[in-house]
Amino acid sequence: METPYAPLKLTVPEPARRPGDESDFSYLDTGKAGEVGKPALDVDARSTYSDAARLIRVLDEDGVAHGPWAEGLDEAALTRGLRAMVRTRAFDARMVKAQRQGKTSFYVQCLGEEAIAVGQQLALRSGDMSFPTYRQQGLLMAQDYPVRDLMNQIYSNEEDPLKGRQLPILYSARDYGFFTLSGNLATQWPQAVGWAMASAIKGDTKIATAWIGDGATAEGDFHSGMIFASVYKPPVILNVVNNQWAISSFTGIAGGLAATFAEKSIGYGVPALRVDGNDFLAVLAVSRFAAERTRRGYGPLLIEWVTYRKGAHSTSDDPSQYRPKDEGEKWPLGDPIDRLKDHMLKQNMLTERDYEAMVKDAEDEMRTAEAEAEAIGLVSEGNGASAKYLFEDIYADMPGRLKEQRQKAGY
Amino acid sequence: MIDALREAHDVMLQRDEDVIVFGEDVGYFGGVFRVTHGLQKKFGSQRVFDAPINEGGIVGAAIGMAAYGLKPCVEIQFADYIFPAYDQITQEMARIRYRSNHQFSCPVVIRTPTGGGIFGGQTHSQSPEACFTHVSGVKVVMPSTPYDAKGMLISAIEDPDPVIFFEPKRLYNGPFDGHHDKPVKPWSKHPDGHVPEGYYTVPLGKADVRREGSDVTVIAYGTMVYVALAAAEEAGIDAEVIDLRSLIPLDLETLVESVQKTGRCVIIHEATQTGGFAGELMALIQERALYHLEAPMVRVCGWDTPYPHAQEWAYLPGPDRVVRALREVMEA
Repeated sequence: METPYAPLKLTVPEPARRPGDESDFSYLDTGKAGEVGKPALDVDARSTYSDAARLIRVLDEDGVAHGPWAEGLDEAALTRGLRAMVRTRAFDARMVKAQRQGKTSFYVQCLGEEAIAVGQQLALRSGDMSFPTYRQQGLLMAQDYPVRDLMNQIYSNEEDPLKGRQLPILYSARDYGFFTLSGNLATQWPQAVGWAMASAIKGDTKIATAWIGDGATAEGDFHSGMIFASVYKPPVILNVVNNQWAISSFTGIAGGLAATFAEKSIGYGVPALRVDGNDFLAVLAVSRFAAERTRRGYGPLLIEWVTYRKGAHSTSDDPSQYRPKDEGEKWPLGDPIDRLKDHMLKQNMLTERDYEAMVKDAEDEMRTAEAEAEAIGLVSEGNGASAKYLFEDIYADMPGRLKEQRQKAGY
Repeated sequence: MIDALREAHDVMLQRDEDVIVFGEDVGYFGGVFRVTHGLQKKFGSQRVFDAPINEGGIVGAAIGMAAYGLKPCVEIQFADYIFPAYDQITQEMARIRYRSNHQFSCPVVIRTPTGGGIFGGQTHSQSPEACFTHVSGVKVVMPSTPYDAKGMLISAIEDPDPVIFFEPKRLYNGPFDGHHDKPVKPWSKHPDGHVPEGYYTVPLGKADVRREGSDVTVIAYGTMVYVALAAAEEAGIDAEVIDLRSLIPLDLETLVESVQKTGRCVIIHEATQTGGFAGELMALIQERALYHLEAPMVRVCGWDTPYPHAQEWAYLPGPDRVVRALREVMEA
């Protein structure tokens, strides 16, 4: 029978460019530094809508700070931030190398995204709790968490704080406000909201931070967390790190082209800001605003950090198979360390010599820590954490059947 | 049993200000089964409140609250609805202590009405307990009397580990004589209906010998305890009926001792047979008591079908099926 309708066709979004093509970021309107204003602390969701597709930027292409978000950023915080970013990058480089040398099976670097976690950590207070993903090592670096312990965890050796039970990089550091990391995506988004609800229930003034990648916003847990945040208005900062790639799937596959992640939040009644995540000044300023707003009881705030995952997803990934090789270099928002350094040089907060010394110190620190961690042991060489730990800490008290199994295993 | 569960909440909300109760409809209305009725009025909406229809969010938020230091006791309206929260339960809640090396723990209680006998069809009558016994790090319990329900719920709330607390909804309003097609009686007219006031506990991980006997051990939990008791009477067999009460941790000692004494064993549950907890019990018992067994162990379970509506009584094990099983093991 004849039909008046043409055959339907499924829409499958594709990124602008694939390997062999020229990089193309024409989809991203970067706007101008300083053009997006600062809202009131008690801003509501609808009032943030007009800016949810634009980017909050402070630093321009010449390293000059502009606009209301540039006010009150102190030199001490910028210096701390630069040092933590440099250390994060040195740590990542050392661990990627260690993986290539077979010292660990797996590593995840945050190359190009250092500003986001580091900048936000500097806006938090002791006692706050972050629920990070695996690309927020900067939260720990900004607090000078002992890198040797991170490496012990990556090597799963006898001094691994987590006794060899977790995949490398899935850290846990309660005393540093760093919740135990899950390898499952998005699960910790509603958990962060729950922690913040608890703080509100107890009349505390601590806040939680939730973290998720652009790809994982497609998970049901993202929406679970959003609905709880929307309903109960707990003190939580909801961070969406939009780094353009979820392994090989570009942002469009997670629905990120249909509406920005900031715009999605507004539908939940949760105000949202969209920020140049490679601009340390913007990260710090917006994080401070978010923390202050949240701690004062004005409810949750979502921040979409626009950035670019310059490295591979993990050491098991090869991005040259799915995106142009030079995309990272062509990323219009530049490199967060270079941009902050440039700004600080121009403001006479830093000299080239200071910077070189900072980089060298970081590299020395990482080399020394690695040697120490390696001396303790590498699971790849059979010197992992004792197998007796296998049976402990599953329950507060070990049940009889586990005791039996432990005995059978010979521990 | 509903009153007993409410009293357990009441006692713990009073004793420990870190106890928080939330879930779908549990606040103002007091829950679709009215377990939390009146608690919001008494303790306020900061401690007893309604949740969005989002089980993953309910459990996820509870995990975060527990990490903060609260003791959340949440309700999943029907056990059939627990699966949207399955990932949060099995891969998060169950492992927080282990993967953080004790830095964080997860003292969450998930209460959920379970099982059939109420004409609930496929989505209001399932018994998913075995799905959680396969997971290291959670406790899985199911009371069968109001006394146990109150004492075990208090234990569960005080427990430092996550507990999934299954409530057999056929027993909410009263016991029954084991025959599914007959109405339940009020608990007030039953000796098991007596519940002491105030605080007391029934330990998790301890089975209860409900009927002593020397010929055969019958293991059951939840509603099936009453089916087992009825069958033991009707078969005229000196059966020892054990109410498991707690699947994890398991009181294996009591079970093995009993089977070593009787030499025979029948296991009953209303969940589907394949992959059900009865299989695990049979394996454990044969590892420890094979040479005491005088007959192969037999299990009487729900059929390997989705839970039906019109055919509910054909699906659920009743005394007739259990009597046949008892005769089978006695004659073997």
